[in-house]
This record gives sequence, structure tokens and C-alpha cells, in this order.
Amino acid sequence: MKTAQAGTLESSDILITVVPQEAGSGIRIEIDSIVSLQYGEAIQAVIADTLAEAGVADMLVKAMDRGALDCTIKARLMTALDRARANGGNV
Amino acid sequence: MTIRRSMLFIPGNNPGMLQNGGVFGADSVILDLEDAVAPTEKDAARRLVSMALIHADFGKSEKVVRINPLDCNGSVDIAAIVPCRPDAILLPKAQTAAEIRDVAAQIAAAEAEGQEPVKIIALIETPRGLANALEIAEAHPRVVGLALGAEDYTAGLGATRSKEGGEILTARMLLVNAASAAGIDVIDTPFTDAADDEGVAEDSVLARKLGFKGKLAINPRQVDVIHEAFSPSSKEIGWAERVIEALAQAEAQGSGVCSVDGKMVDAPIANRARRTLEVAKILGLKMGDK
Amino acid sequence: MINAIGREIPDAIDNYGAVKPFDGAFSTLPDMQRKAPAVKTIRPGQSKLINGLEEAFLRIPVKDGMTLSFHHHLRNGDAVVNEVLATAAKLGIKNLKVALSSVFPIHAPMVEHFKSGVVTGLDTNYMSGPVADAVSRGALAQPVILRSHGGRARAVECGQLKVDVAFIAAPAADKCGNLNGVSGPAACGSLGYAFPDAEYAEHVVAVTDHLEPYPLSPISIEQTRVDYVVKIDKIGDPKGIVSGTTRITKDPVQLKIADMAAKVIKAAGLIREGFSFQTGAGGASLAVAHYVRQMMKSADVTGSFVLGGITGHLVSMLEEGLFKKIIDVQGFDLDAVRSITSNPDHLEVSASFYANPYNLGCAVNQLDCVILGATEIDTDFNVNVVTGSNGVIMGGSGGHCDAAAGAGITIVVANLLRARLPIIMDRVLTATTPGETIDVLVTERGIAVNPRRAELRAQLEAAGLPVMDITELKAIAEKMAGVPKSIPLGDKVVAVVEYRDGTVLDVVRQVM
Repeated sequence: MKTAQAGTLESSDILITVVPQEAGSGIRIEIDSIVSLQYGEAIQAVIADTLAEAGVADMLVKAMDRGALDCTIKARLMTALDRARANGGNV
Repeated sequence: MTIRRSMLFIPGNNPGMLQNGGVFGADSVILDLEDAVAPTEKDAARRLVSMALIHADFGKSEKVVRINPLDCNGSVDIAAIVPCRPDAILLPKAQTAAEIRDVAAQIAAAEAEGQEPVKIIALIETPRGLANALEIAEAHPRVVGLALGAEDYTAGLGATRSKEGGEILTARMLLVNAASAAGIDVIDTPFTDAADDEGVAEDSVLARKLGFKGKLAINPRQVDVIHEAFSPSSKEIGWAERVIEALAQAEAQGSGVCSVDGKMVDAPIANRARRTLEVAKILGLKMGDK
Repeated sequence: MINAIGREIPDAIDNYGAVKPFDGAFSTLPDMQRKAPAVKTIRPGQSKLINGLEEAFLRIPVKDGMTLSFHHHLRNGDAVVNEVLATAAKLGIKNLKVALSSVFPIHAPMVEHFKSGVVTGLDTNYMSGPVADAVSRGALAQPVILRSHGGRARAVECGQLKVDVAFIAAPAADKCGNLNGVSGPAACGSLGYAFPDAEYAEHVVAVTDHLEPYPLSPISIEQTRVDYVVKIDKIGDPKGIVSGTTRITKDPVQLKIADMAAKVIKAAGLIREGFSFQTGAGGASLAVAHYVRQMMKSADVTGSFVLGGITGHLVSMLEEGLFKKIIDVQGFDLDAVRSITSNPDHLEVSASFYANPYNLGCAVNQLDCVILGATEIDTDFNVNVVTGSNGVIMGGSGGHCDAAAGAGITIVVANLLRARLPIIMDRVLTATTPGETIDVLVTERGIAVNPRRAELRAQLEAAGLPVMDITELKAIAEKMAGVPKSIPLGDKVVAVVEYRDGTVLDVVRQVM
């Protein structure tokens, strides 16, 4: 897996960067959101759940959020993971 | 009957537009994986559109997805999108009946057990596609409509596209002809100047006169104008009601022939009247002017 | 104590004065006399023209603790407030209270004056930019008093806001202090918000960059109330004062909302002879005017007047004959300036005429309909236009609660979701306009009608509009976005939100 990115900084979107970590490192999620006070926890949860569903155990996820809904966050994260897997995804 | 007065394109890689796609009241929304999406973002758009189909509320709008052509990863689109239960797939640059059958087979393979069958609308935007319009229309039971993509079509001819549309009149008529012969829906090309409200109104009125049942829209502000042009007017509904009444009377009297407004009512006229009333009923329009 | 809209307000607020709780939109009646300033005289031949603001300060003289007032007609192009305060700082004056009818990003230097103690009090109707941020973070020890435009006029006229010196930025003046807003490089149109200050301040200093020979014409503010006339190089930057033309939004969702709002107006039976209305100056509010214009043309109807902040679109409607008159308290663009200068049917009025509840009738009372915005609205229809979703001050009533109280039908237009944030709350963070004066909420996904207006709801439903309970709309938003967590706030009261009658509607607390 390689570092990869998906999404944009447009309103209602989220820019997600996934940085694969060494086995055993665990999940780290860093969120910078325009609605962090209201939805920070919710964003954290969607990202964590999506990683778990995808069977990803060791990953750094950096998210710059512009008010994306859960389904958008999930879609962007899954795209980033696909790109990471596809060797040399977008950075 | 599915009414498709307006079919509104929504760019597939734009979450803000996808989540709002249902507020404009279009009869259909077309979530676009093809021309609206940059080549490097096709994967991202596929994911977003899949999620939107499952989670977004499109109200009463029919959910259509324009996939990429089969030779540009259209198969990957079909495999990802069909399980998310769109109502129809819009196939761009449709050229042959064989392609349609291929797409239909791929859709069938991707459908879940008991899933409502996903329909196909063929976008005719090449000279070969137009030449093959009737066989495309009849290629498979899943095909429910033909649509015209005049920008690419005129480019294919080497002709100049204009607002008045003289250069696409033949294409329009051939398409309406093929769709009518096959008994399926037919949708006109978009009016590409989004700022010209009068222009889209005029173009829509013309398209309806030529026999189109609806029009592709590239901007939400076109939706209401298009609906105005493609909805039966009070006068038309009134005429249709009189035709049905006259037919009923003629039948009761055992007479095979009747006329309305000095014109004989034969089968095509009767069908037209029936269709008008069905559309009016679906749209919840009131009784006509007699 | 709990006031009439259920907001918890302190019984006493330091550095504010007696707290009279909001008791209903029309419940609190006046019980005071107007207090006029001291009578003055001037001899023939005596000149008012003085060299520079410093001289004005020395002559008055401006002392520690005084209240200096300003209007906001130069908006984000204003230079006068900054120069006056810089002069105060230079002369070592402290503890000034600034009564500026609206604060814009251009007034950022005021934050330094907060720190240095030159300015320790602020009284305003709207705040945006660095000053608003600083206030939200507790930069001032005294709470800011947030009023409506009508409420400020009332406060000045009835003695609750005593102005020591009114600095009136005047695009055009003559040597005797006659003033108008329509000539000169910084022309801004109507000077409506300056009128009460001119009438009731103890001292009035006109600040201009454009002197014309005596007598100036037209005259908006008369020489009889002006103490001094100061000429400076530039009172403001025209680009920040008026926009070239105010453009209607192109955002399809905003246009959809505006179109629905126009349909509400039509379904309520308002598209008829003599119709009058007011809209906001941007976004969906302004776009409503566009759709209403089309409806009036189709119905061949002539309206009576449009009111409030005037843009080129409203001027076009006047010139097309769709409306008979414009009542103008503030101009927003060059078309508004042009029209007020040349068209006798385009009237300049004072803030008091516009919206003061404590006089024998203000113009908002004559409105059939007003279109307003909101940052939040709650299930009781109370509206917030003061604080953003993160608790920082980014606005203020302006004329919001005035027009809402006066208009026959008050329509709030807003996106149900702004990016992820739902606009409908159980309780707004800060109440600016009480729900009893808000009739309809129009969003892109549906329309809610205040239960007080059952007949109006029936009319809208009969017209086939998507009407639903406000709680249903809230549920739709929360289903899409999730339920937002409340934001944590500090205890310190940084601003007091007064209703137009001077009662306390709510308080703004410090952001953490």
C-alpha cells in the first residue's frame, strides 16, 4: 500500500489522505473540520467504522473536512484506500 | 408509465450537488459518471454515486446513472452501480444493438435476486448510432427510451451546432420516429446556454411539437421551464377528454366512427388522447377547458 | 430570569444597567419623555469649518468616558471611524463608548483600541470581522449592546443611548453643515441611520471630503443641528461603500428557495394592486425580488412601495412602474444612489421613520411582506442572526426584528442544510427575532408555517406547496446530517441582545 488521497476542499466535501503504517501501529485519525464542534465525533466514528469494515488495522488517516455527510466521508475514504492499494495512488 | 419531461444531469464527483439533486423536482436525475467527471476521478465518482443512490433522497425523481462507454470501463461502472438500485442506466454513444444486449447481460449479472430490473436509456450521439436507432430501440426489453446528444452528434457530422437547431432537425425526427415505432420514450438534447431562459423555453416547445416526450437538462434552473413546455395544457386536456367522451358515445351507439372538432378520430388520435390524460393524471393536473 | 421566549437571562448584568426582560413583541409600552440636547446658538459670520479632527476634539472637548456615535452608510469602505478613534488615541483619551450602527471588517483597528483602553464600550446593530471575533473572545470587559436599527433610533430619541458627540460622515457638505449622501466621491445614497444622532446628540461633527458652495442641495441633515464641519482627504473608499451592481445569486439551491418563497407570496394572495415588500440584500432574499417581479408582470399588478436597503433590482422595478415608490433607509449600490438623486418617487427616510417602534408609526408597519435570512431558527420559530453555528458573533439584527414585527407576512428563506449544518434547532444559540413575529420558513426541502397562522398554512397547502411541520423539516435535516452536538460556551456575557423596545431578548456568551 502507498499513501493516497481522495476528495476536495469544496463545500460539502472532505479531502482524505491515507498513509499506510507498519503492522501493529494501529489506527490514527486526524481531523480538521469546519464543523468539528458539532460533528467531530461523528466524523471520527465514520472513518473508524469504515476502516474496520475494510479490514484495515494500521493506518494514519488525515481528513480536511468541509461539512461532508457520512456517505461522502465513507466514499472518499474508500476511494483513497482503493488508490493506496493500486500502487502509487494519487498523493 | 414513467414521465420524463425533464432529465437533469448531476455531476457524479460533486458531493454537494449529489446530495441536493432531489430538490429541483426533475422527473429524472442523471448521476453522471461520464462527461462531467475528469478521467483521473472516475473511481471517486463511482463511489460517490453508489453512496448517493443508497443514502440520498431524490424525492420522486427517477434515478438514472450515465455510465462510461463499455470501452472506457463502463463494465466496472455497471458492476458497482447496479447493486445500488438505480432505476435506469443511460448508455452514452450507443451505436449498435449488440452493445445494448451486452450491457443488458452485464446488468442482469450484477442485479441482486428480486431486484427491480434496471432499465436502459440509449443516448444517441453519433452518426452510426442514429443510423441504427430503430434496432437499438428494439434490441432488448430493458430499453425504455432513446435520447439525443446533439453536441457530440454534430461534431461527428462536422456540422455547426446552433440554437435554432436546423442542423439537427433530421436527427430529431429520425429519433422520434424510431422511438415511436418501438413504442418507447424519446428525450431531446440539452439546451446548452444555461443563462438563456427564453431560449430553453422555445427549444422545449419546439421539441414537444416534434414529438419528443421530454428534454435533457444541464442546469437546475431549466427544470421548471422544461416542465411548463412538456406538460399538457388545460386546452389539450380538455380536447383529450372530449375525444374519450366521443369515443365512448360512439361505442354505446354501436357506431364505429366519430369526430371531434371536425376531425375524424382514428386509432392514433385516440391513443394520443389517452396518453394526454394519463400524463395529466400522473402529474395531478386538473380537468381541462372544454 | 426567564423571559417571554423562554431564554435564561441574568437578573443583573455588570456594566449594562437594569435588565428589563422581553415580554412579547408589542407588550412593552413607552413610558418616558424624549430628552433634547442643550440649546445652542451661533452668531452671523461665525464659522463652523475647522482644521482637522483634533481641533474638533479640543473644542468640544471630548473627554474620557464619552459616547461617540457613527452611522454605517460607508459600510466596508468607511475611513471615518478609524480616523476619529486614532485621533482619540493620539490625544490620550480613554474609556470611550462607540455607538456605531454597524461594524465591518474595515473597523479592525478598533481591536487595538480595546486592548489599550481607548474604547471600552460598544453599542451596535451588526458586527462582522475582527471586531466581532474579538468581542466573542471576551476582548471587552463591558458587554456590547446589540440593538436593531429601529431600536437604536428609539434609544437615541428616548434617552437610553445618550450620544455626546455624533461624528457624521457626509459625502457632501457645505460650510454651514448642511449634509447629503448623494454627491461627492464617497456618495452612498440615503443617510437614514444618521438622522436620530443628528437630532439628539449633544455635539454634532460633520466629517466630509467634499465641500460644496453654500447652500448645499439637496439637504438631508440641516445646518441647524451641526456644530462643526471637518474636511478630511477621504471619508471612505467607494469600492467598499457601494457595489457596482448587486448581482443575484447563481446558486441553483438558493434560486430554488427564492422561487418557492415567491410562490408562497403568490399563494398568500399578495400579488395584487398596492403590494409592498422588503427583501434582504443578498443570497436567496434578493433573488426573491427577481421572481416576484416576474409574477407581478404576469399578473399586471402595480405595487405601492418597496422598503429598506435598496439595490439596483428594486430601482429597476420602480423604473419599470412595477412599484410606485421606494422608501430608502440605506443604499447598497450605484443604481440606488443614482435613483435617489434623480427620482422624486425614491424617498430618503430616517432610521426612526423606518423602524422605531416608539413613535406614531414606522414604515415597517405598512409592509405586506418581508423576506429575511437566518443563521438558525428553532422549533418555536425564534431566529438567530447574531451568532454563527460556532458561537462567534457574525451579524446582528439590523432591521431584522423590526421588519418581522411590522410586516403582514414574514418569510425566512434559508438552506435546510448549510454544508452539514442543519438550520433548524431545538433552541437557537442566540435569539434575535422572537418566533411570534416569524410566519413562514422556506427551505429547499419544504416549507414550515408558524402554528399561529393556520389560515396561511391552509392557503399554502391549497396551492400545492410542500408544507410540513417544522419538526418534520428538522428531522429530515438530522437524518441527512446527523444530530449536531451543542457547542460549549463560557459564562461571561459578551453581548446583550436587546429587542427593538429595549427589553432583553437574549445574551451572547463568550466562546471558549
